[in-house]
Formats: sequence, structure tokens, C-alpha cells
Amino acid sequence: MTALLTPFVPRDYSLTGPEGARAVEAGLSSAEWYHSDVSRKVMKDLMQRRDAPAVRDTAVWLALLLASGAGGVATWGTWGALPFFLVYGVLYGSACDSRWHECGHGTAFRTTWMNDVVYHIASFMVMRNPVNWRWSHARHHTDTIIVGRDPEIGHFRPPQLMMTALHFIGIPDIWMHFRILARNAVGIIAPDEADYIPDSERPKAIFAARVHVAIYAAAGIWALASWSMLPLMLIGGPRIYGTWHMVMTGLLQHGGLAEDVLDHRLNSRTVNMNPVSRWIYWNMNYHVEHHMFPMVPYHALPRLHALIKDDLPQPDPSIWAAYKGMIATFWRQRTDPAYTQLRVLPPTARPYRADLHQIEMARKRGVA
Amino acid sequence: MSLWVVVCTVDDIDPEDVIRFDHGGKSFAVYRSAKGEVFATDGLCTHEQVHLADGLVIDDTIECPKHNGRFNYRTGAPLRAPVCVALATYPARVTDGMIEISLEGAA
Repeated sequence: MTALLTPFVPRDYSLTGPEGARAVEAGLSSAEWYHSDVSRKVMKDLMQRRDAPAVRDTAVWLALLLASGAGGVATWGTWGALPFFLVYGVLYGSACDSRWHECGHGTAFRTTWMNDVVYHIASFMVMRNPVNWRWSHARHHTDTIIVGRDPEIGHFRPPQLMMTALHFIGIPDIWMHFRILARNAVGIIAPDEADYIPDSERPKAIFAARVHVAIYAAAGIWALASWSMLPLMLIGGPRIYGTWHMVMTGLLQHGGLAEDVLDHRLNSRTVNMNPVSRWIYWNMNYHVEHHMFPMVPYHALPRLHALIKDDLPQPDPSIWAAYKGMIATFWRQRTDPAYTQLRVLPPTARPYRADLHQIEMARKRGVA
Repeated sequence: MSLWVVVCTVDDIDPEDVIRFDHGGKSFAVYRSAKGEVFATDGLCTHEQVHLADGLVIDDTIECPKHNGRFNYRTGAPLRAPVCVALATYPARVTDGMIEISLEGAA
């Protein structure tokens, strides 16, 4: 890896500030992105939907959730509950994110209703309004890490390292998400949300928020009535004690990489991971490939990676190795927010196009 | 009078597939169903400016390759968010092995 070191121009990450208009004016919004070459015939094959892999994975996921949850209930009040809740917490508070994500894309299952059912269950578990986030994620794919346009930029510069660390225990993440749900439940759509949710979808967003809040309220009442934390260990609580794996893998997607570029090889990161993490994460470790071709289902991403890897930066060899590079970048960005981890391409790859990245480069020079 | 434009030969499109066709400064998507029927719609998704011909044909639907929005390519009807606005459709036919589309009314 090499790095770019240049003066920094402060950014406004909101969708209603001046950065959004600047991005549109600069042609960074709804732009043409770089794609590696894949023939139509091969891409059609990669995009084919199948029910079998996701039915198998979902059955295993739900069975493990039920078994670990039941074990936790049966041993509640003893140290024996600890391993059960360690497993239940990650299956609920982390695996929900990848299920939400893949079913939101409509690529996990071939059958539409299966995608929709798992999407709604996972949206509840991850505490995201299923309507808002469908639109928010569409924008994330249109304008990936374009400041002022992408509502899902998870890492601002300069970084707030303590807040980033707190995300591993769901703080302030769940507070932020619960506030959004509560606000939507009383009928309020914030200006940022209004930027990407069409008018016709807003009543659906409000209804979904009311359903989610009602379930959380029922869990809270159950906990108070039984004077026990157990209901909250099963519902909602895993977004605190089991969310660490989601944050660990999610931060790697774009953390420390370039802003305002039109090549996913520069702003997304592919990381080789162990099989357990890949199963929990549903192969989103192939994140450059996912952003370049978002309609390729999770089970076909390893095949896509094998096809285009010579055109992509070398993947980080492990989660640990990826964190070493990313944390070093975060550390540097505290005092030099313009610092960016640049992903080096192999000699076989088509080079980065300077004309696609002139804004980021100009900003780094302090002239934009 | 209808303006029929030749697109390609029938064999240029696989069954249950789509190709992009640019004409007169406008982009179209031309489909061949599994049964061999031909259809035509606007080439760009109504949600964002994405070429539908890069997407997947599943039964009677075309899926946007970027956001998973889906349309019925026979009627242009939007079927799945984030698309809300219907796709314009155009008459299509096969004449002597050639696919033709009528661009009457195409803006």
C-alpha cells in the first residue's frame, strides 16, 4: 500500500448541505462507474438466482438461533448461559445485517416472497426501518462514498476513534437507529431521509416503524412485568452484545479508503476471511466485486472474484491484516484527514482513470 | 404512419435475454422471451440512468443491474422498489428473421 498526503478541505457529510450540490455539479452523482470486463454470457450466469443456497443457510441460521436461544433460556441465571448467548448474540446481532443486505438486494433467493420475508425479519433484528433502508442502500450503490450524496458513509474524516470503538457494542448505533424508528413511528421523516425516500413510500416507512416500535415496547413491558432482563437478551439486546462481528466486518468495507471517486477498486475493500465469518457475513468480504456487480448473489461472489481478480487490488490476506492497514490510516487521519489508503493494482489490471477521480485528487491538492 | 426500425436478427438475442439498441440519440432495450416473442422498452431504468440491457431477464421481468428494481417488460409496469415509474414500451415484431421496433411516439 502507498498513501496520499495532502491538505484537507473540511467536508459536510449530510445530504442537505453544500457537498451534495457540489457532487452533482461535478458529475459525481449517478455517474458512470468503472467495471472490470466480464462477458454478457458469463455475467448472466453469475446473476442467476437460486433458492437452494439461501434456503439451506437460512434454515441453519434459524435453527441455530432457536437452539442457542432455547439453551440461553434454559440456563438463564447461571454461567452456563454465557456460551449460548455468545452464539445467539452474533447470529441475531451480526448475521442479521448480511441477511438484511442480501435480501434487500433481492439476490439471496430466486423466490421474491422469500427475499421479502427474510428482509423484514432481518430489518427488525438490525433495527433498521425496512422502507427507509431499501432506498438508502439504493443511493449507497448509486453514489458510493460520494460525500453529500451517500447516506451510508460509516466513517467520517477526521475519525472519531472512540465512537468507532463504541460501535462494537452497538453504541451509539442502536441509539441512532432507535431514534430514527421512534421519529418515523410518530410520523416524522427527516430532511436527509426525504432526500432519498419518494413521497409515495413514506406512509409505508411510518407503518413499518410503528410495527417495530410496538414489538420493542412489548419486549420492554415483558421485561418489566417479569422483572427480568431475559426478554431483552432475546429481543433487541443482541444488537448490543452480539453486534461486534457486524461492525468488525462492516468497517472494512470502505473504512480509510477514497471518497469521491468513480472506481470501486479505490473506495471498497476485499478481504480474505475465515469460513465462519464468511458464512455470518454472506461473502460480503468480496466487497469490491459486490459493488461493481451488485446483482451477483452472495453464493456466486467467489466465482466472480476468481474471474476478475487480476483487475482488482490484491485482497487483504486476513481480517487482522486488513485492520492493521485500516487502523494505521484512521490514526493518520486524526491529524491529516486528507490521508487515504490507496489500493495498489497488480500489473495485469487496467489502471485507475485520472479523469474519473479528478475531484478527489483536486480536493487533496486543496483546490476544490 | 408507424416508423419501424430494424434492430438485429432474431438469433442475435438469446431466448430469455435482452440487448441494448441505440437509435436517434435514445437507448432502447429489446427482449426475446423464452417462447421467442419480441418486445421493446426504453433502455434506461426510470429510477436511475442505468442501462437495463446489462440486467437479468427473469420470466417476464427485466431487473435493473444496479438496484434490483424490476419491470414487466411486456407492459412496462414497475414491479419492485426502487422503481415506481413505468417503463415506456414500443411495438416489436419479427419480419423475415429481423427484429423491428416501432418508434412512433418515442420522444
